[in-house]
Amino acid sequence: MDKSVITRAAVAAVLALAVAGCGTTSGDGDDDSGSSGSEGQSAFTAPDVPMAESLGDNEGELSVLAWPGYAEDGSTDPSVDWVTPFEEQTGCDVSVKYFTTSDEAVTLMKSGQYDVVSASGDASLRLIAGGDVAPVNTDLVPNYADIWPYLKDRDWNSVDGQMYGVPHGYGANLLMYNTDVVTPAPTSWSAVFDDADSNAGKVTAYDSPIYIADAALYLMKTQPDLGIENPYALDDDQLAAAVDLLKAQRENVGEYWSDYLKEVQSFKTGDSVVGTTWQVIANLAQDEKVPVEAILPEEGATGWSDTWMVSSETDHPNCAYAWLDHIVSPEANAAVAQWFGEAPASAKACDVAEKGFCDTYHAGDEAYAEQIYYWTTPIEQCLDGRTDVSCTTYQDWTRAWTEIKG
Amino acid sequence: MAEEQQSPSGGGALLHRHPRLRLGLLLGPPMLWLGVLYLGSLAALFITSLWTVDAFGGNIQRVWNLQNYRDLFTIDVYRTITGRTIATAAAVTVIDALLAFPVALYMAKVASPRLQRVLVVLVLTPLWASYLVKAYAWRGMLSNDGPVEWLLAPLGGGTPGYGLVATVITLAYLWLPYMILPMYAGLERLPDSLLEASADLGASSATTVRRVVLPVLFPAAVAGSIFTFSLTLGDYIAVRIVGGTNQMLGNVVYDSFLTGNNMPFAAAVATIPVVVMLLYLAAVRRTGALESL
Repeated sequence: MDKSVITRAAVAAVLALAVAGCGTTSGDGDDDSGSSGSEGQSAFTAPDVPMAESLGDNEGELSVLAWPGYAEDGSTDPSVDWVTPFEEQTGCDVSVKYFTTSDEAVTLMKSGQYDVVSASGDASLRLIAGGDVAPVNTDLVPNYADIWPYLKDRDWNSVDGQMYGVPHGYGANLLMYNTDVVTPAPTSWSAVFDDADSNAGKVTAYDSPIYIADAALYLMKTQPDLGIENPYALDDDQLAAAVDLLKAQRENVGEYWSDYLKEVQSFKTGDSVVGTTWQVIANLAQDEKVPVEAILPEEGATGWSDTWMVSSETDHPNCAYAWLDHIVSPEANAAVAQWFGEAPASAKACDVAEKGFCDTYHAGDEAYAEQIYYWTTPIEQCLDGRTDVSCTTYQDWTRAWTEIKG
Repeated sequence: MAEEQQSPSGGGALLHRHPRLRLGLLLGPPMLWLGVLYLGSLAALFITSLWTVDAFGGNIQRVWNLQNYRDLFTIDVYRTITGRTIATAAAVTVIDALLAFPVALYMAKVASPRLQRVLVVLVLTPLWASYLVKAYAWRGMLSNDGPVEWLLAPLGGGTPGYGLVATVITLAYLWLPYMILPMYAGLERLPDSLLEASADLGASSATTVRRVVLPVLFPAAVAGSIFTFSLTLGDYIAVRIVGGTNQMLGNVVYDSFLTGNNMPFAAAVATIPVVVMLLYLAAVRRTGALESL
């Protein structure tokens, strides 16, 4: 328990630094020093963004920024559609923009063009600190009451007990392999790390610095000497070990993917035969008759826990709240979860989902949910509670990722 | 006559009487465009590269420093990427020059006027198709079960797979028209009489090409190479589509901005191609090729 307290304190401290940084840059003087004086602040206060107090008439328009598969309007598969019912019920015309990495989501949200965003844990805090999203008044979201309690008020979706969004669903990054080529069937992430050379040139990996956590998780289980407790809290030595592992992996990587359709295609043509994936990609590949299977390896996995957030600059707050309520309604939440392949956030979604679906994804199983290492932004204060050493930041990871790709 | 020579009325008269004003209005807007928007954005790029970004929020800190450039010079990976990018650009340029020469020579000197027009249209046609369509077409061609594999497998070869070779092939295909057209224009200006004189004086075809055609062709080839070289230098999309795990300077710019939210570092990286291109143009100028264009 005190671990999470320390984590929160650490996050708060870093946010304080970041916010202090915002303050100095907003001045127009070129000689403003970015760092001076910011250590003096003790408590984190999120940027002062007003929260909606009441709702009015829908504005008729909504711009959605989402992970692929989170806002389907039937154009991918006619039976997969939860956008059209929303448009019919609320009169809000939805336009959807998909993003492929959390970094892209943060950059796009900073443009202020989108009303709502599905943010993973490695994007949500950056959005809150940047003042890009507004606190969410959960009283105005009736379906919020049905969300699993263990998803509420977490480090990645709230500050000081104030929710900044509505939890949507969570899941694990899986290992996908071509069943014709990769035999025997892999059970461990070693298929893409230590044993990757048996499929040299046909291994694929996710093209984002956050993938370093996958290597760290593997090292955590296979090399306990390194002392990795949390794949998002790496000191310099631990990061170096993960980087070495990924550099060795690169020798066998055919290509990295960030565009999910590109991964489907490269598994289809046989240019990739094994690598990390999402359930929705495996589903799409199987729809196209590609012989693939996606498994949760024995080491466990990194994963995501996503939150729908509202832009601080939205011109359509009523449609935005209507979307938040719709997306965690039992029907829509179940539909998204089944399409994307993740555990729904709403307890009632399990009543309308296919029989056994929620058991497969362990929805509602708090102990299982705690075992997935959800994407989190690595920060200087170690997230695993160590205080004797400073951890590597996402900037370090970004640089390391460029170096890994060479 | 006298009435007709009366100066026009209103604004026209004003312009008529003040040639400098006329010139100013004529050249003003384009010069403004060139100076403010074109050179101004380059200046903004350079200024941004001297700032830094805070670690978490990705907000720009307007503190003057050279840290970005220090990183560029001291961290090995950026040298590797710069080297790879320049080598790719050079390879694409050489391949395009070798491919374009016979095509341009045939178009300019051998083909009938009718065929000539058809060939020009054929060379230009690929430019009408979207860049992405062509790049993805090559992704399909070079894939593991694609036509290249199918063609070369009986010969004991195979697709090179996604990587630097695939990138060079794709970019050489994409920029080929930019090399053929200047070469064709250059060779068209070469009078047939010179070729005949060379033959009359007993030169073999090879000697004629070497002593008569190539000197005329050189400035045209240099003009073409400026296109192929600079276009390759800035490319980041083809390499994402067919380049496998490779990254070029353009990818570093893209990733620094989009992944790292680090605009200043992206700006610093973006100055590398600018500097390389300036050096290239300076070298070209020394050869005198620009004067004879």
